[in-house]
Amino acid sequence: MAAVTADQTTQGTAGTTDDADAERLAAFDAAVAADDRIEPRDWMPDAYRASLIRQMAQHAHSEIIGMQPEANWITRAPSLRRKAILMAKVQDEAGHGLYLYSAAETLGASREELLDKLHAGRQRYSSIFNYPTLTWADVGAIGWLVDGAAITNQVPLCRCSYGPYARAMVRVCKEESFHQRQGYELLLALSRGTPAQHEMAQDAVNRWWWPSLMMFGPPDDSSAHSAQSMAWKIKRHSNDELRRRFVDICVPQAEALGLTLPDPDIRWNEELGQHDYGAIDWTEFQEVLKGNGPCNEQRLTQRRTAHEEGAWVRDAAAAYAEKHAARPGSVGAAAQPVEATA
Amino acid sequence: MTAALALGDDALVLSHRLGEWAGHAPVLEEEVALANIALDLLGQARTLLSFVGDEDQLAYLREERAFRNVQLVEQPNGDFAHTIARQLYFSVYQHLLYEELAAGDGEFTDLAAKAVKEVAYHRDHAEQWVLRLGDGTAESHERMQNALDALWRFTGELFEPVEGVDVDRHALRDRWLTAVSSVVERATLTLPTGPQSGAWTAGAGRQGLHTEPFGRMLAEMQHLHRSHPGASW
Repeated sequence: MAAVTADQTTQGTAGTTDDADAERLAAFDAAVAADDRIEPRDWMPDAYRASLIRQMAQHAHSEIIGMQPEANWITRAPSLRRKAILMAKVQDEAGHGLYLYSAAETLGASREELLDKLHAGRQRYSSIFNYPTLTWADVGAIGWLVDGAAITNQVPLCRCSYGPYARAMVRVCKEESFHQRQGYELLLALSRGTPAQHEMAQDAVNRWWWPSLMMFGPPDDSSAHSAQSMAWKIKRHSNDELRRRFVDICVPQAEALGLTLPDPDIRWNEELGQHDYGAIDWTEFQEVLKGNGPCNEQRLTQRRTAHEEGAWVRDAAAAYAEKHAARPGSVGAAAQPVEATA
Repeated sequence: MTAALALGDDALVLSHRLGEWAGHAPVLEEEVALANIALDLLGQARTLLSFVGDEDQLAYLREERAFRNVQLVEQPNGDFAHTIARQLYFSVYQHLLYEELAAGDGEFTDLAAKAVKEVAYHRDHAEQWVLRLGDGTAESHERMQNALDALWRFTGELFEPVEGVDVDRHALRDRWLTAVSSVVERATLTLPTGPQSGAWTAGAGRQGLHTEPFGRMLAEMQHLHRSHPGASW
């Protein structure tokens, strides 16, 4: 529901601009405190708007850059069933990108502008996608661990204070959960397959485990945006809290898979009722964020190239639309409307 | 079972080519659309190949000379216009063929009845893009014309008789030509005039004679499956 609209706050406010701002801010704070949803036409602090645009853009960028490591295996998928599953997954990711850019656009950003920032390296995407998919088992490890970490992060976002983002997350999480189960099932088939397949699965888990833990972001004592995001109820839990929750979920799953996690320090802590785990290599994390990971260059180059090579196609579509907008009747007349089968 | 193999290979190979677009499309909506079409085709391929035998054995363990797809579908993606020209030629053919098969009472009736809805969507997608590119900018017009011209010689093979597919190939070709001409004309483009097939150009995919890029496509598609004989995935 709309907490308070811009129109309502301006009407009948006889005081100075400062008074009006203070009143709007108070209404905003009250709405957030009451767990009301902030909607696109509601007044919101500029910093809240900017922070959401940053986070949602980064999230959208992650979906579309995240297509690359998996698409890398579409043409080599070892069975037609797995190929269909992988194609559907990569298609879903493009769809998630579309939801999230749309959600970001409700805050006044445009998809073009956000993509330009991605291509210029001025907005980020998740560090995880800067790692290469070297074997087929990586597709399973991404499903199980990377999608698993994403879900752990995103389920609380379904209750995020900004309505359009929260609603996008509800749809995204449903599909992500499905992908996560498929990734787990892929790894299980490998783990129970031939010795070579089992080894392939273990090797993939070894390479993806630590980068997956890094997906939750820097530790709480050095997370720049966390405190404010939590106060605004964009975020509901701290990075470390979510990371620990993820470890607790993965330990029994790894056991069921018949695979080990590459961390000798993981053990159950009876006192705290959770797992302890080893130290994360934050230097590696910082290097990947700075652009020095194994695939940063490749991922951005492919994205820029697709965009640049597609420019003439987008120009053609725009030119065609403009020509035919002037002649109503001729636009849709070309198309026999058919039922979409998607 | 030549017919199921021929139609199944067409769908399998074109699906694979469209899958190569993932992460490279000109706009996000086309990532969704091309993957969607690829998935529909892969679904058709799986059904058709299953009529013949084990789908994976057929897809991954046959050599190039045993594939029965037309050469059109194995052509490399090229630029977006080439992909769209290939889609136009193939999806109009497939739509007309499946409409006819769906109306008959042969072994492909059920499959065709389901697939014809998907293919109508593929056809619409291709036609819309031919219009946009043909009647878009000068550059897109030129690229679309080049693509139509380059792939034209692979279209004759679509109308070669296939054992077990009981349709009037001449009538099918006439209807295809009418439909394609209409789109090409509305897109302000010119229908190519060169030969459509023949031993000197193209047209022996149904006999297992393919173009050179096809072998490399299969090498990529099959290598993992072949590296682990007998494994299940």
